[in-house]
Amino acid sequence: MEWFTAFFQDLQLSAPALWHGFSITLKVLCFATVGGVLIGTLLALMRLSSIRVLNWIAKGYVNLFRSIPLLLVLMWFYFAVPFIYTGVTGNYLTMDTALVSSIVAFMLFEAAYFSEIVRAGIQSIPKGQTDAASALGMNYSQSMRLIVLPQAFRKMTPLLLQQTIILFQDSTMVYAIGLLDFFRTNYVRGDLMSLLTQYILFAGLVYFTVSMIATYIVKKLQQRLTV
Amino acid sequence: MNYSWNWGVLLQPTGIGDSTYLNWIMTGIGWLAVIAIVAWSIAMLLGSLLGIMRTLPSPTARAIGTTYVTIFRNIPLLIQLFIWFYVVPDFLPDSIHNWWINDLGANTTALISASIGLGLFTAARVCEQVRTGIEAIPPGQVNAGYAMGFSTAQLYRYVILPQSFRMILPPLSSELTNCVKNTSVASLVGVAEIISQMKTISEYTQNTIEIYTYVTLIFILINVCLIGLMNFLEKRFQVPGLIAGAK
Repeated sequence: MEWFTAFFQDLQLSAPALWHGFSITLKVLCFATVGGVLIGTLLALMRLSSIRVLNWIAKGYVNLFRSIPLLLVLMWFYFAVPFIYTGVTGNYLTMDTALVSSIVAFMLFEAAYFSEIVRAGIQSIPKGQTDAASALGMNYSQSMRLIVLPQAFRKMTPLLLQQTIILFQDSTMVYAIGLLDFFRTNYVRGDLMSLLTQYILFAGLVYFTVSMIATYIVKKLQQRLTV
Repeated sequence: MNYSWNWGVLLQPTGIGDSTYLNWIMTGIGWLAVIAIVAWSIAMLLGSLLGIMRTLPSPTARAIGTTYVTIFRNIPLLIQLFIWFYVVPDFLPDSIHNWWINDLGANTTALISASIGLGLFTAARVCEQVRTGIEAIPPGQVNAGYAMGFSTAQLYRYVILPQSFRMILPPLSSELTNCVKNTSVASLVGVAEIISQMKTISEYTQNTIEIYTYVTLIFILINVCLIGLMNFLEKRFQVPGLIAGAK
């Protein structure tokens, strides 16, 4: 019993820090998802284009990022972002290095995974649609923008959201570069107050609950979106 | 930009014994292989068992499988490994706890926790693939099996499993590469596998770019080998007559 009460007492004190950690997690999640989907779409278009070189670049990008672990990508960017920033601008990076580099790393890493989803989405649109678009006199960008992508995104939304839930879980990896996201805040507090067991289990419970609710919502959405 | 390049860094002596940094990298690859093999064995055994349970007629078996998958898929891998490393030993009986803390080295306990944690995490994913494979078998075959007087166990042994395992080889191979990549998380509980060796070497030598590049190349190489192996297995074991086999 004391095991619980000690933890709950401390939880009241640490709540603001935990909440701040959670906001960092959400920040990484939002930027990485939006950026990842944008870059991913671009990669998917390159992959499907008729220009050999673009094709080849996109394929190489996706294969590269899919064959190395996320942790390694995070460490690369944690090292490279300030290095490149200083090299390009001549100044030292004054922002939170860990935050910026984890956002960049997740964006580029998830782009590889998002691009495969977008590619499948675009390929699922019947050929007749693009044929009809060009018969109406639309050029490539018009038919992509107005005909193919809107339909493809409608089909892909559940998959993209599922990938975002995976990203939410994977964002705990920023632990490795010392960013105080929700999980690391829990860990540090637990370590400090000798309540490590309780705090780790608490963090696990929070991630579990959020992921489960999100999965349920995505499932419902999927049922509504299927035509 | 005062970066001093040194691509030969791996051949330099570490100053500890007569080992070079290459030896450290090799040790890292060794531990990576140990975790990956142990975790994958656990994942295949437990995952197949749970996947079969999720398709059995018994509601209890289904519920157990579903609960397992729900729990292990919704908690981040990192937190699962931390639970196995920091939390679970506290709940062991005193005698085992003492042996765990005092007699086993820190690297050993981390290695065991990480292997078990990764194994159980991957099992949930394998379970889903196995279930999908079993559900893809046309119901006519199951009915035909029962009509021939097969028991449920015989049906799985002779009709369902031989086909479904061959059909799910492609998704299983991507789970295998995921499992190998996920071993890197073990470095965060203190296993001296390749990522933590990489970190140490980069701190010792300051040749970060070179070391990171080498490790990235090693991972690409491992991935290429695994994909090659799995493609070979897929060709060897493909089910004749399926569309995927006709290519």
